[in-house]
Amino acid sequence: MSTVGVINLDNLNGGQRLAVKYFTVAVVLFAAQILFGMLAGLQYLYPDLLRGVLDFNVNRMVHINAMVVWMLYGFIGAIYWLLEDESGTEVVGLRLGEIGFYILTAAVTVVVLVFLLVQWGPGTDTTLWFINEGREYIEAPRWADIGIVAVLLVFFYNVAATFMKGRFTGIGGVIVLDLVALAGLYLAGMFYTTNISLDQYWWWWVIHLWVEATWEVLVGAIMAYGLMRTLGVRRKIVTTWLYIEVALMFGAGILGLGHHYFWIGTPQYWFGIGGLFSALEPVPLVAMVVHAVYDSGVHKMKNSNHPALAWLIAHAFGNFFGAGVWGFMHTLPQINLYTHGTQWSASHGHLAFFGAYATINIAFFYFAIQKARGNVWMSGGMPGDWRWKWSLALLNIGVWGMTIAMLVAGYDQSQIERAINGSSWMGYFAAQSNVWFVQAMNWRMVFGWITAAGTVLLIWDLMALGRGETRKAPVYLDEIEPDRVSGEPAPGPA
Amino acid sequence: MSTTPWWAAEDVWKKLAIWVTALMFVALIFLTMDSLQQISVGSERVPAYTVINKRVSYVFDEERNYQIPVIGDDAPLFAERLSEDEAEAVVTHGKKIIQGRNCMNCHTLLGNGAYYAPDLTKSWLDQAWGAEAAREQLMLQFLMDPEGNARTFGTGRKMPNQHLSEEEAKAVIAFLKWMSSIDTNGFPYNFKQIPQEG
Repeated sequence: MSTVGVINLDNLNGGQRLAVKYFTVAVVLFAAQILFGMLAGLQYLYPDLLRGVLDFNVNRMVHINAMVVWMLYGFIGAIYWLLEDESGTEVVGLRLGEIGFYILTAAVTVVVLVFLLVQWGPGTDTTLWFINEGREYIEAPRWADIGIVAVLLVFFYNVAATFMKGRFTGIGGVIVLDLVALAGLYLAGMFYTTNISLDQYWWWWVIHLWVEATWEVLVGAIMAYGLMRTLGVRRKIVTTWLYIEVALMFGAGILGLGHHYFWIGTPQYWFGIGGLFSALEPVPLVAMVVHAVYDSGVHKMKNSNHPALAWLIAHAFGNFFGAGVWGFMHTLPQINLYTHGTQWSASHGHLAFFGAYATINIAFFYFAIQKARGNVWMSGGMPGDWRWKWSLALLNIGVWGMTIAMLVAGYDQSQIERAINGSSWMGYFAAQSNVWFVQAMNWRMVFGWITAAGTVLLIWDLMALGRGETRKAPVYLDEIEPDRVSGEPAPGPA
Repeated sequence: MSTTPWWAAEDVWKKLAIWVTALMFVALIFLTMDSLQQISVGSERVPAYTVINKRVSYVFDEERNYQIPVIGDDAPLFAERLSEDEAEAVVTHGKKIIQGRNCMNCHTLLGNGAYYAPDLTKSWLDQAWGAEAAREQLMLQFLMDPEGNARTFGTGRKMPNQHLSEEEAKAVIAFLKWMSSIDTNGFPYNFKQIPQEG
């Protein structure tokens, strides 16, 4: 037995040890996302900053790619984290999973270095294969695409085979089917076509059907596990909620894809289909808030990991406001005509990615440090608990502040660039140089610094929280165990 | 224990989740098959690459209540009439340059990309080029030396030099001209286009 309060990986099962590796890289990439986001934000205010060295397009590319990749690392880590717990057996191909981790991380490192040092290439296939594919969010060159798919297949094998060997819980079933979709959809972004309408059509299959369908379902499944772990919510309840969420999420989100097909050359029937179904997309997010808040209330907020539960609640609300409300605001074509491709999108993007995905990944980082320190006490009265509270506050205030600032800038663009000046080049610059826009970009930067401060504090907290603590965490898991497999109360000891 | 009403039963929702997902996916497949046909190159919505041999303008359509691209008389780009294959080759080269230079992390194309620089969807038709007669040369000069020819309207933002050769810049312009002919359902709205001659 190891000492409580000291980080010792022997406290973790095999899947969880691998998860910690993923979480560590995720945190590094999170920091990179913030750093390059700050540089890009500063370039709005000081356009000559790093001109010719790290131009805006490089910073912005690293900013959004670091985000996508750290979130994927977080998800993969979270699934490895819960895998042995859920399935009740050891990960079948742990060694393979480890190799996959190192290959993926080496590939990500090479891609980022090429982005930063080589930056661009001539208009040839070689560039698309080895330097930069030049398509937003999936800029990774083709060789890396193939590598990512290969590593994801290893990961998928591990998850599916482990559940098959052990127990196939409802959460496990949803995760496995969702991973099939996730991996399959990535293939839609792995070819070149000159026809930009076709290019964008399939590109949205990756971007939308990941972010607004499969990722949402994935975090629904992870959330279900999180609520069981922190509060001790009964399995039957979280599983039923998960199925409701999947039905609503895919019911709305799959055809909700149509809200990206208003203006890329696609037929007009997408106005109706995309408008209607995407307007329904917030419904499952409401369900998730109800679920999280209700369960917390039923359990009188008694939980075994305060920071993790706080971030899970932040996830429920952040997902609802960021993805739901902010998405709904400009999803109808009548409004989207004026907002598409303005700071509205940036406003929505920041709150949605943070609210829906950053939050829940951070909750899992806290699960990890708790258990790595011997399932240490992480409820009330922890020494130094100001750190997690302040980082939670600073990160949320920072991202909300940036979101509001960019929304103001978006209104400015809709009015001045689009409605009045007819979307021309001059209209664009008239809006960008307007005082509302300039002020908004300044405020965005102020809140960017707050976000950065929250990130630094978070990283510090993840390294320090629970150090020297001698109390064990209270266990609220007894309520899970009885109906774990059959849904029936467990029989007495065999 | 079994007092759970049917509408709260785990099993009901599990089946519903599977059926709803399958149904929506099948619907998406059918819509995709139709959409892919309607946006194939050479269709009404996405013209053939040889459109770069023609005049492209953006005209208000009373029935649809927004502007749509109209293909006019002969107006070969840089006075070079291209065959179908040649046109496809040059537009393809243009798009690969745009991808290789990472244009979309400053600009938007069809409204998608980053927001640090103007949308390029109808840039071929933009009034900023002044007059149709001067447009090709101005675009060429700009692309080959964007910093020297910058017009930033007080924002200080200048496009970095992309080190494009004349041939590469022409390919980019060919792509932009072709893209401007795509029927984007009136996006961008209320667009102020270059004064039309004749």
